[in-house]
Amino acid sequence: MMNWETLWPLLAAMGIVLAFVPVAGLYMTFVERKLAALIQDRIGPNRVGPAGLFQAIADGIKIFLKEQIIPGHVFKSVYFFAPSIGLICAMLSIAVVPFGPAPTSDTGGFRAIIAPGVDIGLLFLMAISGLSAYGIILGGWASNNKYSLYGAIRSCAQFISYEIPLGLSLLGVIAIAGSLNIETIVASQGEGIANWNVWWQPVAAILFFTAALAETNRLPFDLSECEQELVGGFHTEYSGIKFVLFFLAEYTHVVTISFLTVLLFFGGWHFPGLTGDIQASVGGYLLRWGVLVAKVCVVVAVIMQLRWTLPRFRFDQLMGLAWKGLIPLGLMNLIGVLFVLTLDGSRWWLTGYSLVILLVSGMINVALIQSRLNTSKGARATSEAVLTKGQPG
Amino acid sequence: MSEVKKREKKVVWAEQPKIGLMEALYLPAIAAGIATTVRHVFSRNQTRQYPEVKPEIPPNYRGVHRLNRDEKGRVKCVACFLCQTACPANCITIVAAPAPKDDPNWKDRDKYPATFELDELRCIYCGMCEEACPVDAIELTSVYDLTGYTREELYYNKDKLLSVFDKTKDSGNDPVRTHRGELGPASVAAPEAANAPPPPGRGKHG
Repeated sequence: MMNWETLWPLLAAMGIVLAFVPVAGLYMTFVERKLAALIQDRIGPNRVGPAGLFQAIADGIKIFLKEQIIPGHVFKSVYFFAPSIGLICAMLSIAVVPFGPAPTSDTGGFRAIIAPGVDIGLLFLMAISGLSAYGIILGGWASNNKYSLYGAIRSCAQFISYEIPLGLSLLGVIAIAGSLNIETIVASQGEGIANWNVWWQPVAAILFFTAALAETNRLPFDLSECEQELVGGFHTEYSGIKFVLFFLAEYTHVVTISFLTVLLFFGGWHFPGLTGDIQASVGGYLLRWGVLVAKVCVVVAVIMQLRWTLPRFRFDQLMGLAWKGLIPLGLMNLIGVLFVLTLDGSRWWLTGYSLVILLVSGMINVALIQSRLNTSKGARATSEAVLTKGQPG
Repeated sequence: MSEVKKREKKVVWAEQPKIGLMEALYLPAIAAGIATTVRHVFSRNQTRQYPEVKPEIPPNYRGVHRLNRDEKGRVKCVACFLCQTACPANCITIVAAPAPKDDPNWKDRDKYPATFELDELRCIYCGMCEEACPVDAIELTSVYDLTGYTREELYYNKDKLLSVFDKTKDSGNDPVRTHRGELGPASVAAPEAANAPPPPGRGKHG
């Protein structure tokens, strides 16, 4: 059954992912530092190697040679196991994500995905991303440290809350494409730029990006590791290679959600002008690969830019955003998609519908905030009355 | 009651601004934020590449001390102990010696410092030593990068303090607070400097 003909594309894909992810993780730290510096009107790392390019390698060597400090108060087995759970889940979720142009039909040969043609692709992804919370929760709990535990608890609540809008936003896409298979979803966006899901379901795209960002534990959703309150959050007690695993898991998540955002909403490797069969020519194949990577790089840059643009949420705001904002919006969007599919209407109705629900939600928000301001005006009236009439009672 | 009324007039009520639809939607605000950060990506950076590009030190900077030489190349200090007395950090230690009588070079001096030791680590760089000095022998230069591997390295003796003078006298960044060569009978004033009007910024001790 398993012969070399079917095995080598698999091994090649695994090799590419295993080689690419750590290097990408290393260099994303470099790019992030550089971008942060530019945003803050600085130059950033520029001493190690040409234009500071070897800084990432130096950092990597340094952190691998760091002393392993194992605090005496930790629960050892779980403490050791937790970082690997984080990284394993992060790597597992990449297995169903095409990292290059992948045809839907199995014609043999190399397909830029470790597990091609998985019909439950997105379901698998959701399951694994839910599992990845365990790495953080167990790590924080096993550290036997209040800061770590707080980070873990926050992360736990955050994961539970943001899995729902993540799933809801995906459901609309799945319903339109009629498949959980990521390659099929990308193929369904193939006919021109107007077929990209982002035009039909802008709300779902925003919801997915926001919720996925929350799943990566990055700013503005990094409450589980916020330095100012929790020292390091769940990884306070981790050092050396064990810290690297957590760190790598976070950056792998960033890579995964960037790929997913592009694949599900921005047409994947499709671009206006690039038509025809994927594997027709090597040039076309590589060009599509370039298109995909370029789109992913833009999303990664936006994620990094957001880090220096938005302040961190307060915890109640974080929960409020998910439960009062994203989940109702996701439900409304799903209802709209189902209506259009049932009535067999034009998909462009969905665009208008999305804008309408966005506007309505904005108006509701205005009303809520204004009513809160009015309450504070009531408080003012009370205190004015106290001022003129003297202390009550 | 009137007290309350008076107090009430002083109370300023800050009104929270009304929130508009654009702000309540959050997305335009986030876009505006990203526009700001993108603008900063392309704006001029403020970094000074330090070891290659040195900062311009203001002329009244108080850095490492130096002991000035007079026109004969001798140490200008007359071992009067005024700086040691004035120093609030007790970082100056002088041992005075009588000037060699038979040497014609030293005819105009009674005393000179046999040793002059200054602990740069104890010093608080207040500048009171140069204020106290009647002959402007001790001065704080604009040398700011004082480093060493040991404490002993930063325990400056007379030779080291004089070598700071040799290094900084031609740097064009002379201290501006003192007026070398104009003060006191022990210091021989340069002829043109004595006739010239006093430079601006001279205090009453000038």
